[in-house]
Amino acid sequence: MATTETDLSTEFQLADLLQRVEALEESDGKRIEKKNKLTIIAWGGDLDRIWPTTILATTAAASGMESSVFFTFWGLFAIVKPDVRVTGSNWMQKMMSVMNPGSAQKAKLSRYQFAGAGPAMFKKLANDHQVAQPQELIETAKDLGVRLIPCQMTMDLLGLKREDLLDGLEEPIGAATAIAEMRDAAVSLFI
Amino acid sequence: MDTTTITATVDAKGQSCPGPLVSLAKALKNAQKGDRFELLATDPGSKSDVPSWAELSGNELLEASEADGVYRYVVRKS
Repeated sequence: MATTETDLSTEFQLADLLQRVEALEESDGKRIEKKNKLTIIAWGGDLDRIWPTTILATTAAASGMESSVFFTFWGLFAIVKPDVRVTGSNWMQKMMSVMNPGSAQKAKLSRYQFAGAGPAMFKKLANDHQVAQPQELIETAKDLGVRLIPCQMTMDLLGLKREDLLDGLEEPIGAATAIAEMRDAAVSLFI
Repeated sequence: MDTTTITATVDAKGQSCPGPLVSLAKALKNAQKGDRFELLATDPGSKSDVPSWAELSGNELLEASEADGVYRYVVRKS
């Protein structure tokens, strides 16, 4: 009688253990290996967004991390060539490009814009403190192997062509590839 | 420390974040494993940033000191 009870309880314990092992094995299969990598979604084109974006991306690369930046929406205007004036093929796209002059050099502040006086003061302060400007940081980023990736959909939407954008960028990608970039990055940010 | 073992000095005095680290990383890029670099900086942020950089990049921070507002670091490429 006592022996049977012991056998039953051992059997239950064994079944329970097996179930736990199976659950662990299943969750292990779904686990994602994170890389020592930073991925930034550069959504904002404001000077006070594109600046920290380029600082962080560059610093990560300088620290031996893999680093990539996905430029989408307003962020895309920050990587337009500075000498490209009007982009797009219809009046809406053209108007959009006039309202958002391309390149990091022409980026506006999200506050204290003061008709251009704000960014000028900001850049003067940065110069005095020898803080590299976003356009310089973009070049440094490329040097250090940061992958700068334009969003194909936003390019189509805004009528931006590959030749409107800076040289040395990666091939444009879509949202799924951007998510794949973020999924395996230990750090991913939306700026 | 014997200063003759220093491969090169990276003078990042006056540079702000992330300047000193970028200059250091560029210097280390084509260096050999075991090479020692001296970094000079005036950015007070480097006090926390250089050790963080060493931890992230896996390079070794051998020395950190300050004299007359100049921070001096010695790192070894791993």
